[in-house]
Amino acid sequence: MEKFETFSGLLAPLDAQHADTDQIIPKQFLKRVERTGYGEFLFFDWRFNDDGSLNHDFEMNHDRYQGASILITRDNFGCGSSREHAPWALKGYGIRCIVAPSFADIFYNNCFNNGLLPVVLAADTVDRLFGELRANEGYALKVDLERRLLLTPSGEEIPFELDDFLRDRLLNGWDQVGLTLRHEDAITRWEKDHDID
Amino acid sequence: MSLNIYEKICAEHLVHQEPGQDPVLYIDRHYVHEVTSPQAFEGLRMAGRTVRRPGLTFATMDHNIPTTSRDQPIADPLSARQVETLAANCREFAVTCFDMHDPRSGIAHIIGPELGLTEPGMTVVCGDSHTSTHGAFGALAFGIGTSEVEHVLATQTLLNRTARTLQVKVDGQLGAGVTAKDLVLAIIGRLGTAGGTGFVIEYTGSAIRELSMEGRMTVCNMSIEAGARAGLVSPDDKTVAYLEGREYLEGRDFDSMAEGWLAWASDEGCDYDETLELNAADVEPQVTWGTSPGMVTGVLGQAPTLADLADAAERDTASRALQYMDLREGQAMTDITVNRVFIGSCTNGRIEDLREAARVACGHTVAAGVEQALVVPGSQQVRAQAEAEGLDKVFVEAGFQWRESGCSMCLAMNDDVLSPGDRCASTSNRNFEGRQGKGGRTHLVSPAMAAAAAVTGSFTDVRDWDYK
Repeated sequence: MEKFETFSGLLAPLDAQHADTDQIIPKQFLKRVERTGYGEFLFFDWRFNDDGSLNHDFEMNHDRYQGASILITRDNFGCGSSREHAPWALKGYGIRCIVAPSFADIFYNNCFNNGLLPVVLAADTVDRLFGELRANEGYALKVDLERRLLLTPSGEEIPFELDDFLRDRLLNGWDQVGLTLRHEDAITRWEKDHDID
Repeated sequence: MSLNIYEKICAEHLVHQEPGQDPVLYIDRHYVHEVTSPQAFEGLRMAGRTVRRPGLTFATMDHNIPTTSRDQPIADPLSARQVETLAANCREFAVTCFDMHDPRSGIAHIIGPELGLTEPGMTVVCGDSHTSTHGAFGALAFGIGTSEVEHVLATQTLLNRTARTLQVKVDGQLGAGVTAKDLVLAIIGRLGTAGGTGFVIEYTGSAIRELSMEGRMTVCNMSIEAGARAGLVSPDDKTVAYLEGREYLEGRDFDSMAEGWLAWASDEGCDYDETLELNAADVEPQVTWGTSPGMVTGVLGQAPTLADLADAAERDTASRALQYMDLREGQAMTDITVNRVFIGSCTNGRIEDLREAARVACGHTVAAGVEQALVVPGSQQVRAQAEAEGLDKVFVEAGFQWRESGCSMCLAMNDDVLSPGDRCASTSNRNFEGRQGKGGRTHLVSPAMAAAAAVTGSFTDVRDWDYK
């Protein structure tokens, strides 16, 4: 996995609570056997009209939000299924960081296995960012994972919480399987103690 | 010290813990299916790794397969490729695979218990959020992503952040015609779709003890719809009785196993971080009105009136849901007509569910306005059992379609799909926008309520049913 480095990126808004994994990537796109190629299907039923044309009523589709790499949304983002196709689709679209008041557990976990940073902020802070982003075209944030900060264009520092382990996994791009296999002796011992052979 | 079952299972399965990191737990049972596993096997190949314990992993094809006929090849080339990829991966890595022609095949969460592969005290994972189903046996069971599938295949362990515990204590008696599905929908209605986030739920109380194993599976299955990755029930005599004689337990000393299983039950006086109490007698048959499972009310209830919702975000969400569902504020549930019915899924595709639905359907006819009423057993064993009991005939005579097993219209990856504008009474677990087909509208209900809706063409209080 590539290392997560400090970056500045445009924000795109998704103003909906409980955006579930069926919206993030509908099931008809889960039939592929690859990890890549899902970006064009992100939020498919919302982004596109029935005839395949772009749905201009969907806020993320507005010109000013094109090229965004940070998604800002509401409570319980990623609820529903365990499909890792959801973070794959977000990454494929170009999203590297998601800001929300809360995330669903499985989705949250899946992000860290894909170099995607979920940032939890208080609901009123998220609300304020929604306001600023709509009021200011080209609104961008700097994401400094090392210092666990978002920096606004006015220079305001918005700290977020994330424990060292999850932060370091992203910063170093660690392969979790490789990390765990460093303790293979402990696994073997456990198996021996439990008669697994 | 008194421990709850979650604490006991985590302690017993701890393999390793680095300071400041998540505990690494041993995984006793791993189920894989065709949709969330191909990239995991490919990851193993690319890293030159192998499956550490092939004997602990079992594969099934469930999400993508047709329910019409098993004699024809799968028409959709992409679905066929996924299914073939799973078969090839299982051959390459020596994993047992119940393919769609195997009489033991079916939905992972139906066949695991059915075959005796899920035992009390186990850690059970699968790349599917409804893995929580297996918690009914007192196993710690939860859904994982594909990277975690790869991690389990390679290491037979998983990093597992310790969750908080939520006791959902249900005392009192469910009324006649009120089922485990209604109970869990009512619980989700109380908790909300995110109320269980960060928690593992243990369901306790006399009403949970009274449930059959099938009913407990239905309850645990939907834990994830309240945001909880896992939900479980402490094992008891019913758990043991269900497991006796199951295929994969044969040849082992059953009595000593049973003794070990019962020891996993939460200790008297153990602690939980939170407790929610409900009285089963207060639960009426449930119908969801919105686009998340927490948007639910009793069959005699109504869709919400927006002005009654205090929170602005909640009001927006409800307003959007009513619009998608094409319902009026305050509309009575009994005033909603359906044109499709789906009975099946890992939530309600077990034999008891089909019996309940058949009892309602028996001697009646599917309403003229209902274009399709599907009955999809959760496994081929459930299907065979239902046929042995003559349930298939009851359904077919009433005008239902009797199908082969699979996930089917629960997520509509195969040909069982709603068309835009269709309205479906469904025994599945998710009523998300487009879940059963783009533009389709899903109302989650129990099997009995779904069968009643098929007969009357609208939501009907099954407590007043004219059983024939």
